[in-house]
Amino acid sequence: MTTTAGHPVREAATAQPAPGRPPRLRDRRLAVAFISPAMLLLLTMSVFPLLWALYLSFTDYSATGNAPASFVGFANYAEILTSPEVHQRALTTLVYVVGAVGLQTVLGFGIAYLISRRTHGRGLLTTLFLVPMMLSPVVVGLFWRFMLDAQFGVVNSFLVSLGLEPVEWLTRQRTAMLSLIVVDTWQWTPFIMLIALAGLTAVPKYLYEAASIDRASEWFRFRNITLPLVWPLLLIAVMFRAIEAFRLFDLVYILTNGGPGSSTETLSFHVYKVAFLGFNTGTASAYGILMVLVVIVLAQLYLRYLNKLKEG
Amino acid sequence: MAISVDEAVPAPPVPDDARRARRRGGTGRAVVEVALLTVVAVAMLFPVLWMLETSIKEGQDIYAVPAKLFGFDVTLDHYKDVFVAPGGGRSDLSVALLNSVVVAGSSTVLATLLGVPAGWAYSRFTLKGEKDQLFFILSTRFMPPVVVVIPIFLMYRSLGLIDTQLGLILIYTAFNVPFTIWMMKGFVDEVPSEYEDAAMLDGYTRLQAFWRFTLPLLVPGIAATAVFALIFSWNEFVYAIFLTSSQEVRTAPPAIAGLIGGSTVDWGLVAASAVVFALPVLVFAYMVRKHLVAGVTLGAVRR
Repeated sequence: MTTTAGHPVREAATAQPAPGRPPRLRDRRLAVAFISPAMLLLLTMSVFPLLWALYLSFTDYSATGNAPASFVGFANYAEILTSPEVHQRALTTLVYVVGAVGLQTVLGFGIAYLISRRTHGRGLLTTLFLVPMMLSPVVVGLFWRFMLDAQFGVVNSFLVSLGLEPVEWLTRQRTAMLSLIVVDTWQWTPFIMLIALAGLTAVPKYLYEAASIDRASEWFRFRNITLPLVWPLLLIAVMFRAIEAFRLFDLVYILTNGGPGSSTETLSFHVYKVAFLGFNTGTASAYGILMVLVVIVLAQLYLRYLNKLKEG
Repeated sequence: MAISVDEAVPAPPVPDDARRARRRGGTGRAVVEVALLTVVAVAMLFPVLWMLETSIKEGQDIYAVPAKLFGFDVTLDHYKDVFVAPGGGRSDLSVALLNSVVVAGSSTVLATLLGVPAGWAYSRFTLKGEKDQLFFILSTRFMPPVVVVIPIFLMYRSLGLIDTQLGLILIYTAFNVPFTIWMMKGFVDEVPSEYEDAAMLDGYTRLQAFWRFTLPLLVPGIAATAVFALIFSWNEFVYAIFLTSSQEVRTAPPAIAGLIGGSTVDWGLVAASAVVFALPVLVFAYMVRKHLVAGVTLGAVRR
């Protein structure tokens, strides 16, 4: 092989067909060029705002006032963490998250199990069940508000025709929370069902066949084959729903507006009131940052677990 | 799988009687299961049917006590009200629906343009801290919108983006990009990278290989991803209500929610506008039903 000027023999021998810079370096540049626009957008629209909120959380800034923000240290955080109002909202949120996600999990998995045992009409059933999940929370909230109306709501109409007392669903403290949980469950049970169904249909048939040759009981099969194989995927769905429920705002806003009193005010809703009705931007920012911390912890758990599932 | 010794020992043949009994038990059980599924299906679909029914009912039948399931007077007036203003001309709702088309459409195009190349790059190259980057990207999607909207509101106020469609398009793009990247990474993973390697051996650059050989294979995946992004922005409410206020700019969700603001609520109109608003979503969702699991988990779970 003859060497061209400036090119040592060894490099020419291993050179790629494409001329110019080594491919690996060009690949890296291409990757940077392809990824950075998206990253830049996320940095300006997600990270920068959160950093700004972090800064504001240490000030007494008010979005309506003309006074410049002055530094108040951790006062906002101390106020939030010691406020009985906030504790109350945290408890409300917890009740809501546990109640709604718990109910969705049980129902969603139950429905998925029933569907997975059918051989006919599975596709149709699944498609029909998924309708609530695809609707906007605005549509869902408005419509249930109409159905739960104390005077002309169809739910009370049913109750009366069954000989029961009508219920003031959205204007009594206990039933308002219950209504919120029921509506959220109506909308999101399909989500759990969809993912549980994906897990159930992925269970290899031969395991069941082996078990039935061994005359294993139905319960044994469920307990030792179905559940262990579906559980990891189900847990993903549950964690996902828990994060979503924790940050819920729109359904509360439409359905109950936090009321009656503050009985259905979740943390998200309370942040909104502090920020946009009270205009305590500094306090609201501290409040929001604390919520973000919770979400980050939950999201990290979720992603770690997801990663483990993918690798395992 | 652990099976204990007793269970593993083959059992004596089952007598005919018992087998028949079990089969009968089996059909009985199947009947119960089908009945249960029917009850659940009715409970799930009733609100949707009720919404459809309310949207075509005459005014007085909507407020009838007890509620009229059947035998009501049918009218299409509510649908007319969605599109036509009382005095003629275009109604506020139709303007809002059009705004929704513009905002959701543009943000979907932008998110796709930004997300597809990034998803491809994350799939094809091993990058420093790639896993952390991907985690970070998805984490931004989990932020509570009510919290993010506080600094975004201040930011937009100083940039003059409050109550503009551009503002909404930008924030919707930002919230769809993480989803697009994760979803597309999954689709690119399914296309063998050998195609690109082969093309590069033929003298194409990496970029040409991506453009000519991988991208055409990704088109169905890109379409599905874009449809989900479209649904997410179409349905979005929180940013819309805080960042826009005027009639000319606001999208359909706040406009529909605004219908219940007054002292009297025209539920027929609410139902009709909800149907008009939700119908495209259901059609689109049906089109991408094969990818629903990946779509609704933001591209995290793939089957």
